[in-house]
Amino acid sequence: MLKEKKELENLAAYCIGKSIKLSATNCEVKVGNIISETVNLRNKKIENSDRSDILSINITTYINKKKSSIFFTYIDDENTNVMIEKCIESTKLLPDDKFNSLPNKKLLAKDVEDLLLFDDTTISNEKKLEYLKEVEDAALGNRFISQTNGSSFNQSKSNFIIANSDGLLSGYKKSEFSSFTDLVAKKNGSGMECDYYYDSKVYLKDIIKPKDLGNSAAKLAVRKLNPKKTKTESIPIIFEKRISKNILGILSSAISGSSFARGTSFLKNKLNNQIFPNNINIIDDPLIKKSIYSMPFDKEGVKSEKIYLVKNGVLKNIILDSYYSRMLNKESNGRASGLSNTFFEPGKHSYEDLFNSAKKLILITDTMGAFGNATTGEFSCGATGIYFDNDDFYPINNFTLGGKIEDIFNSIILANDLEFKYSKNCPSALITEGLVVGGC
Amino acid sequence: MDNFFKKTDLTRVEAEKIVDDTLLNKDDGELYLQNSINENITLDDGKIKNTNFTKIYGMGFRGVCEDVTAYCHTNSINKKSLIDASKSINSTLRSFKSYKHNNSIRRTNEKLYSDHNPIEAKSLKEKIKILNTVDQYIRSKSNLVKQVTASISTEKKSIEIIKTGGLTLSDNQPLTSFRISLLMKKGSKNTQGSYATGGRMAFDSYVNENNWKQVCDEAFRQAEMNLDAKKAPAGEMDVVLNNGWSGVLLHEALGHTLEGDFLYKKTSVFHDQIGNKIGNENITVVDEGNISGRRGSLNMDDEGEKTQRNVLIENGKLVKFMHDRLSAKLTKNTPTGNGRRENYMFAPMPRMTNTFMMNGKNTREEMIKSVKKGIYVDALGGGSVDIVSGQFNFAVNNAWLIENGKLTVPVEGATLIGSGPEVIKKIEMIGNDLKLDNGFGTCGKSGQLVPVGLGIPSCKVLMTVGGSKT
Repeated sequence: MLKEKKELENLAAYCIGKSIKLSATNCEVKVGNIISETVNLRNKKIENSDRSDILSINITTYINKKKSSIFFTYIDDENTNVMIEKCIESTKLLPDDKFNSLPNKKLLAKDVEDLLLFDDTTISNEKKLEYLKEVEDAALGNRFISQTNGSSFNQSKSNFIIANSDGLLSGYKKSEFSSFTDLVAKKNGSGMECDYYYDSKVYLKDIIKPKDLGNSAAKLAVRKLNPKKTKTESIPIIFEKRISKNILGILSSAISGSSFARGTSFLKNKLNNQIFPNNINIIDDPLIKKSIYSMPFDKEGVKSEKIYLVKNGVLKNIILDSYYSRMLNKESNGRASGLSNTFFEPGKHSYEDLFNSAKKLILITDTMGAFGNATTGEFSCGATGIYFDNDDFYPINNFTLGGKIEDIFNSIILANDLEFKYSKNCPSALITEGLVVGGC
Repeated sequence: MDNFFKKTDLTRVEAEKIVDDTLLNKDDGELYLQNSINENITLDDGKIKNTNFTKIYGMGFRGVCEDVTAYCHTNSINKKSLIDASKSINSTLRSFKSYKHNNSIRRTNEKLYSDHNPIEAKSLKEKIKILNTVDQYIRSKSNLVKQVTASISTEKKSIEIIKTGGLTLSDNQPLTSFRISLLMKKGSKNTQGSYATGGRMAFDSYVNENNWKQVCDEAFRQAEMNLDAKKAPAGEMDVVLNNGWSGVLLHEALGHTLEGDFLYKKTSVFHDQIGNKIGNENITVVDEGNISGRRGSLNMDDEGEKTQRNVLIENGKLVKFMHDRLSAKLTKNTPTGNGRRENYMFAPMPRMTNTFMMNGKNTREEMIKSVKKGIYVDALGGGSVDIVSGQFNFAVNNAWLIENGKLTVPVEGATLIGSGPEVIKKIEMIGNDLKLDNGFGTCGKSGQLVPVGLGIPSCKVLMTVGGSKT
């Protein structure tokens, strides 16, 4: 049974009381209980089951401008005391840092809006197995799928509270249901290729139909079969949606408060400057209902609201927590936990238009390795894709993409096919120039 | 040894009885108890940012029938939790009526590291002082150094494994690591360097003045070298890898595909190649979990099996996969001491320990001299692999362009890619300078991170380089 709010609050109150008694001037406590149950199926047979029940506590103590933190899985009150003593002892020994303190009280979340992040329904392991069997029946129904690498269904429920010595006490329950399948494709004489598909939802009833999951993954794996090699050249590139979302990943590393304050971002001097073409808008909205990536407040208890990161191509906001916002002389925008639901506003072109823009281009269906380096601004990764040469097309693999991140930003053209599936969402994207394909 | 039954309503005798009642009618399984403490102190931006103290405490109970695993874990070690876990395991495995219970294990008394607690080797104050000295030392090397992050992380992990019949095994696993990363800036150009050291020996053997200066000097050298680096070339070419950390090539390109779970699942690109020649005869690859004091070494693995030297590829012939108890059973092999888990929240699986390639005959100079156009990789970053297709990639931090047998200019921004079965055939020359890495490797698989070691002599291999210069 998931621990009730009252029990978590009591633990938090105890920790704050004890810390203050032991000379902390301020204190923040997070208490969370997560119960998660997963079943894995492989080739239509159960492979494993896993049940997890963890109660953990995270405490940060302040003595004026000194700060230290401690994380532990709960054992008993006696151990909690030992942990707090240890934390206070460390705090005392640390040097002052003038930017250390709890968040500005005005910014703390008080009335938490219900974002519909908890579904009371539970799904038994038997039902999970039935679902997964349907997934694998569909997948293995494809004659080129030779076996499955595993399919899993997870139900995870958590209850979490955050409290601090400035009177903050907030929390909420979360649920997440997710399903996943990873398939191996093989044609006569070909090598093996694999690919996967997954879905993750707050509400059980919203999860993808098992047949669709199996069929989607099968399509992805099969289209990789019998890849050719490709030659080294500069050529227009289209990133599929599940790859183009990584553009927001590298942007988020490059606009983190820490990388701005510490001078380690290649975009450090670009706030209020053009970094994308002027038809590009990027939004981060933590308050979307029923999204597993939503959060009414961040991990410091600061209220989060919808913001434009990029408006008309101009970088308008960066990702700020309390510490780095003080260092940069700004206010926290409730993003100590990073971004939430981030998306590009869709472009005007249809997916087909992107393909009609050039006679030869490469659709990137998968990448390996880091999608760019946010410090140096360099971009280089391994890739898999489909080569479109006039009316012909064929799968290719084992090539690289190289260039600069700013080349991708500068020449991006978006399709109108945005969908909300991940924490970061981008329509299919055409990169007209700047990327070099490295092959044989 | 930690006494996990001191402060709970569960006695050791009761725990052993529940283990027997649950597992005697299963093929395999164990109760895994863990108490880990970890201290991390980070200096960044010229000041101590934070100290983090983490305690991971709990148990994981596993039952195995044929190829099915039921696993249950919780932070509360008490009677109710263990009984609940037992019920959950029985529920998953209830359809198995016949079983072959096996609790035999290969034990060892050999100690590859002493039972010490590196967290207590120095006081927090002394560690802060070291980090401040490190920061001053690096910044004094050049005023182009704009950012320094240095950290000291120490850990003591105590584990106990209880199998049926009251069989218990335990180990205390110390681990120290010291890391540096820095940023240099010249004009609008940012460059990075990073290096580290660590392992399971005494704290002072890693964090002493001589050692930390070497780590700083190497990180600085990497960042400084890239200040004048040109764009890396793109395309297939000869690559000369330096010795040591370049072993990440082996780890990604070959190591993962030789893990036993991918053998019984038949998903490894090498699953049907045992006994076949897969590379040239100079190539011998070893995974060795029982090297004294190293980061990837363990007295016993996370199933209680003793670790050992496993020759995986011998003179180009694939001879062995790495196994945990499950993959060994399913493929009719013996366990190889490679059953590892990050912590009690995970069931074990076959993982690497210290993986390296044996020496060949060539010198690095000979290799460079033999290349008309290619790159010499001076510092590799991390990598990853798709074990099904065998495709791997890794990032190059520092490299030189080789033109007509000579190193000409530093180049940056490259990825190396290839496929394991192809690349092993394209290793053309192997050096006589095998070196193990400096002790900072961490390997991720299915969401679990474990410390590993790597090593390789210098090698020359034909690969695809992903730069941006055509």
